[in-house]
Amino acid sequence: MATSEIQHTALTLHDQLPILQVAIPLLAAPLCVLVGQRHAAWWIAFISSFAAFVISCLLLVQVTDGSYISYEIGGWAPPLGIEYRVDALNAFMLFLVSGIATLILPFASASIGQEVPERNHTLLYSCFLLCLTGLLGVLITGDAFNVFVFLEISSLSTYVLVAQGAYRDKRALTAAYDYLIMGTIGATFFVIGLGFLYMATGTLNMADIAARIAEQGDNRTVRAAFAFILVGMGLKVAIYPLHHWLPNAYTFAPSAITAFLAATATKVAIYVWLRFMFGVFRPDFLFDVYTLQFIILPFGLIAMFAASFVAIFQRDFKRMLAYSSIAQIGYMLLGIGLISATGLTATISHLFNHGITKAALFMGVGALVFYSGSSFYDRLEGRGRTMPWTSAAIVIGGLSLIGVPGTAGFVSKWVLVQAAFEKGWWPIAALIVASSLLAVIYVWRVIETLYLTAPAEGAARREAPLPMLIPLWIAALSCIYFGFDGVFVVDIARTAAEGLLTSPTPLPLLEGN
Amino acid sequence: MWGLVDLEMLILLTMAIPTLATVGNMVIKHEDYRDTFTFACAAATFLAVLAILAKVGNGSSETLTLFDDLPGLAIAFNVEPLGLLFAIVASGLWILTHIYAIGYMRGNSEKHHARFFACFSFAIAAVMGIAFAANLFTLFVFYELLTLSTYPLVAHKGTDEAKQGARVYLGILIGTSIALFLFAVIWTYDIAGHLDFTPGGILKGKIEGPMVAILLALFAFGIGKAALMPFHRWLPSAMVAPTPVSALLHAVAVVKAGVFTMLKVGVYIFGIDFLAETGASEWLMWLAAFSIIAASVVAMTKDNLKARLAYSTVSQLSYITLGMALATSMGAIGGGMHIAMHAMGKITLFMCAGSIYVATHKTNISQMTGLGRLMPITFGAFLIGALSIIGLPPLGGSWSKWLLIIGSAETGHVIMIAVLMVSSLLNVAYLLPIVAKGFFLSSEDNPPGPIQEAGLFVWLPPAITAFGCLVLFFIAGDIQAFLMPIVGGP
Repeated sequence: MATSEIQHTALTLHDQLPILQVAIPLLAAPLCVLVGQRHAAWWIAFISSFAAFVISCLLLVQVTDGSYISYEIGGWAPPLGIEYRVDALNAFMLFLVSGIATLILPFASASIGQEVPERNHTLLYSCFLLCLTGLLGVLITGDAFNVFVFLEISSLSTYVLVAQGAYRDKRALTAAYDYLIMGTIGATFFVIGLGFLYMATGTLNMADIAARIAEQGDNRTVRAAFAFILVGMGLKVAIYPLHHWLPNAYTFAPSAITAFLAATATKVAIYVWLRFMFGVFRPDFLFDVYTLQFIILPFGLIAMFAASFVAIFQRDFKRMLAYSSIAQIGYMLLGIGLISATGLTATISHLFNHGITKAALFMGVGALVFYSGSSFYDRLEGRGRTMPWTSAAIVIGGLSLIGVPGTAGFVSKWVLVQAAFEKGWWPIAALIVASSLLAVIYVWRVIETLYLTAPAEGAARREAPLPMLIPLWIAALSCIYFGFDGVFVVDIARTAAEGLLTSPTPLPLLEGN
Repeated sequence: MWGLVDLEMLILLTMAIPTLATVGNMVIKHEDYRDTFTFACAAATFLAVLAILAKVGNGSSETLTLFDDLPGLAIAFNVEPLGLLFAIVASGLWILTHIYAIGYMRGNSEKHHARFFACFSFAIAAVMGIAFAANLFTLFVFYELLTLSTYPLVAHKGTDEAKQGARVYLGILIGTSIALFLFAVIWTYDIAGHLDFTPGGILKGKIEGPMVAILLALFAFGIGKAALMPFHRWLPSAMVAPTPVSALLHAVAVVKAGVFTMLKVGVYIFGIDFLAETGASEWLMWLAAFSIIAASVVAMTKDNLKARLAYSTVSQLSYITLGMALATSMGAIGGGMHIAMHAMGKITLFMCAGSIYVATHKTNISQMTGLGRLMPITFGAFLIGALSIIGLPPLGGSWSKWLLIIGSAETGHVIMIAVLMVSSLLNVAYLLPIVAKGFFLSSEDNPPGPIQEAGLFVWLPPAITAFGCLVLFFIAGDIQAFLMPIVGGP
């Protein structure tokens, strides 16, 4: 099935999956506003996210063998028309993003009721769907400019979503503003980079650009393009020195939104990085000539240690998790910097494993905040007694964050250390395990707060509502499931990594040119 | 009847039954039903282990692979003599400790019984996983589970002291295992391509020179549960836990999991012959000798009885590490046998310490003068346990020490013989005065009076284990024959 020979004359639904992946949430978003009733809007959002999730599963099973699906929008053949191209890497990411969205929505239905006034709910769900559309679009498209368009769709809706935290804490507005400024700078850099690429190659289809860059060899325009794209997306990824926007945005956004963004937004940005580094520019050229790993590795390492140290001294659970996210991004950078199939496998599996881990943890915080109203440690004392289910799920998430065996976080860390050994860079391997110890410290502060302090006077046993608990536990149990069945994630990640390294995928259409 | 249950099922049962006990403790509300249920589970676990013994004897079984966790890394189990011995010791003593724990927890009116017994049972499940692990990866997974499940037990009292102790416990055990042990495991995987425990080792010819010693160092220090100095601090810290925890977990299950892992790594990953050829374990032998002496000296300075016993455990654990580091088959067998011998002796001592605490709420040795006449059974059991630790016939501890001495002589390390002898003298010096003062001196703290033992559930288990020390002396030959296959013997 997975070949470029699909003739788009046959209008079976199955062939149209790639476009439906994006179109369903995109069309559902205005529908929410038109319906204008918050319960109906929630159902629309949930059903369309679930549909997107089912579609992503259908796509994923088609490409796990390493092949790809090419879809021509409107029947216009690339490179003139826009091409959607699904391979193991982005199918896996689509699976993650749409899965997390489906999981978060039931949680949101309970948590948002407390955090955002009811009149805003329909608009919020609509924005959520637009954000989802944007993320899915970035992932699925094979057209460089289309990436930018979808990136802006997701970014703009994200700024709105973060700002919704203002009803609880006014600082959400400055956080959203910060994010807006930084995100816009990033997007501008990105589009400037695309402009240079277009200048050099005269095409916007990624596979086509790759082939043409390969023909041209080294030149200054391409170099400038790469620099702009690297820094522009770097802002979105929140690599260490460009991470300033992240802690505030995560801390002040509504709980459900934080959980969604933490599990998906930065991951998608890393995907774009991977796609451009390996799929568009030639990796041998980037890494041999420009020695890119000497830029990425140090920043990854600094992030792992500096952000973890900062996380240890936080007094707010949510902000602590935000800094831990920055540290975990460091691991993913490290995997890229190792430039090997195993290293990329580690990065891609960590994208997924860290995604579900952070989703579980941020949902856990949301459930704690539901009654305590704040995520400061002193307000969470003794919650292990009063909210046993929520706290237990947080413990599981925390263990996965540390990378304890039997949890998802362990699997990706194992592959990462193995990749470092393969290269013979054992000091890097030692640093990876050493930084895990910092995670032990910041996670244990939370566990002690939850379990080893007495609950506040008169605190009754009061568990979070089921719509919050069920998604939370699905996420927590999947942390354990993927910890024991690491093969599933690692196999797909390896297929994806090998796909990236053997690129650029020859664009079949070029043969006719 | 056991013919109907196949071996694979039995191995899984040894882990499933304690897990079931954990669930039972979380669900059942009534205290008596809960404790009875746990007791039934403990007995069933022991039966399952015995059934494995009946089926496999001292052979090795086929590997039971549950599933692949990572490509090429399976969660897999098999039965081999060393692991089976460890499983018998841990599951057998669980029954006694459970009886004791019921008496202790109720006698002391400790809180949160359900949480306590749930975590306790789960720790046993993790121990069974360690005992039957067929590869280093599986062993590592259960090793970490054991650390995590015992953390709530150490922090059980919830006081600042308990929290601080638990922090040290977790910090050292998780810290060493992730930073060093995991590192060593991945390195081994990188060199050998797999992690299966194989008689004769898997590293021969794949690594050489000083790297062998470095890898061994990563293992030796990374296996923090073996309490090799300088990573022994967690063991005294863990003594803030209720005494049944100290007795079963910190004298038997957890620490033995550590030295068991050490032996497994020495015998099945490096291979005794490979260690002997390269001389990579020479330094470890000296360090173990240092641990043996230093910890004994520290033990003499401790007035708190449990702290003294904790340092004594640190010292005794290094006997087993020493046995591995001697890199001779006698040493390895002696080390393996010491797992059983020391377990029986030390659990007796800890249960006696707890028994004294329940009856009189005394923790310091200086307060126990004259107490022996009030608690004759407890102090009698303590005496027998102490003599076994010292290594005097007719008690079990004498045989393992004997084998270790033969091992030292075989390899020509006369100094090690001296170390073992000095250590025995030090044991005499810090253990026997407790009993002597208890029986022969009197003090105003403990005026003579009627016998005031704690309840039946508290004094009976140490009496049984004391008797066990005696029995072990007579079956030591069988244990030795049982362990022979691990070094390629008949």
